[in-house]
Amino acid sequence: MARLIGGVATSHIPAIGGAIHKGLQQQPYWKPFFDGFPPVREWLGRTKPDVVVIFYNDHGLNFFLDKMPTFAVGAAEQYANADEGWGIPTLPPFKGELDLSWHIINTVTEQDFDLVTCQEMLVDHACTLPMKLLWPDGDCPSVVPVCINTVQFPLPSAKRVYALGRAVGDAIHTWESDKKVAVLASGGLSHQLDGERAGFINKEFDLQFLSSLLTNPEWATQFSIHDLVEKTGTQGVELLMWLAMRAALTTNTIAVRKVHSNYHIPISNTATGLLALEAMGVSPFTGAQPVN
Amino acid sequence: MTQALPKIPGTTPFDGEQARKGYCLNKMCYSFNSAANRAQFLEDEEAYMRKYGLDERQKAAIRSRCVLDLISAGGNAYYLAKFAGIFGLDMQDIGAQQTGLSKSQFQAKLRAAAN
Repeated sequence: MARLIGGVATSHIPAIGGAIHKGLQQQPYWKPFFDGFPPVREWLGRTKPDVVVIFYNDHGLNFFLDKMPTFAVGAAEQYANADEGWGIPTLPPFKGELDLSWHIINTVTEQDFDLVTCQEMLVDHACTLPMKLLWPDGDCPSVVPVCINTVQFPLPSAKRVYALGRAVGDAIHTWESDKKVAVLASGGLSHQLDGERAGFINKEFDLQFLSSLLTNPEWATQFSIHDLVEKTGTQGVELLMWLAMRAALTTNTIAVRKVHSNYHIPISNTATGLLALEAMGVSPFTGAQPVN
Repeated sequence: MTQALPKIPGTTPFDGEQARKGYCLNKMCYSFNSAANRAQFLEDEEAYMRKYGLDERQKAAIRSRCVLDLISAGGNAYYLAKFAGIFGLDMQDIGAQQTGLSKSQFQAKLRAAAN
């Protein structure tokens, strides 16, 4: 069976793409953000996942309001990036992992999730930037994108997203493959782009949420979407991605070990976060024994 | 029946009501993913707005570049960002405009959230 080695969650602001393109990583504004990544890259370089499942939200590249799925899973041989209208550089396509895509689709649907499946799927900065940040030289794993709607309300509840994450975790553990898989989350943390409350950031809540992911992963499922918008901003609800990633690591694993975390305010209008977790139960690197 | 939730100040969740109201406006903004469409808009804004069937309120909001008016006319933040991108505006420009601050004041407000 495949091995789920851990997960990484990161913010995905479009301006990051421009900063990488212009080589601004060490400028004072950007440095506290980019300096979070080397320890995570080092860990990924050691653990070498073959495939990543990425939970992200599309921002109007692949999906428009004519058809807006709550949960959509990619099942394509490759995923192309394209012009999003902001002048950030378009990145080369990512290789898909069709067997895992369909295994996830089948397994998760058996667990009563109603998915949209996409045999063609453009991926936007929410997919491309984490990959570029984690594998800057482009030698990245193959990808299964899982898109969660944060554009049009009603959004799926935190509780539902957590359950989805668990189901995806189950699917990874039961995939008949000798490959190593990591789960990624792209989004958040607290921020609001629109309205008179634009620029809203809630450091206290973000830090509580980050801490909960280590000690009490279900903590955020107590909140409704309305609560989360109030506490984290209209786009802060992207923390749902982090929750899905963390939930995937509650299946078949003893515990998680924090590899590294970073939190910095502000980049663009957001509080940025980074968290890498190693799944102890299935790690060949820590000596911990698998659960089964 | 779902019950109306308490209003969050300065916040308009993009719900079914907004999505219905703003469909044409958002569809136009979605079209700005294409460089050719962005150029076409800049060449003749009025014709481009007519092509997408914007109502008078939406047209006025586009002409004024006023983000709060665009939201009030049903615009969604993610699609409106593509409209703003045409003019090289970033999210801090947009934030400053909506909060009535200068960009440097808005940036100071963001930095203050770190404390």
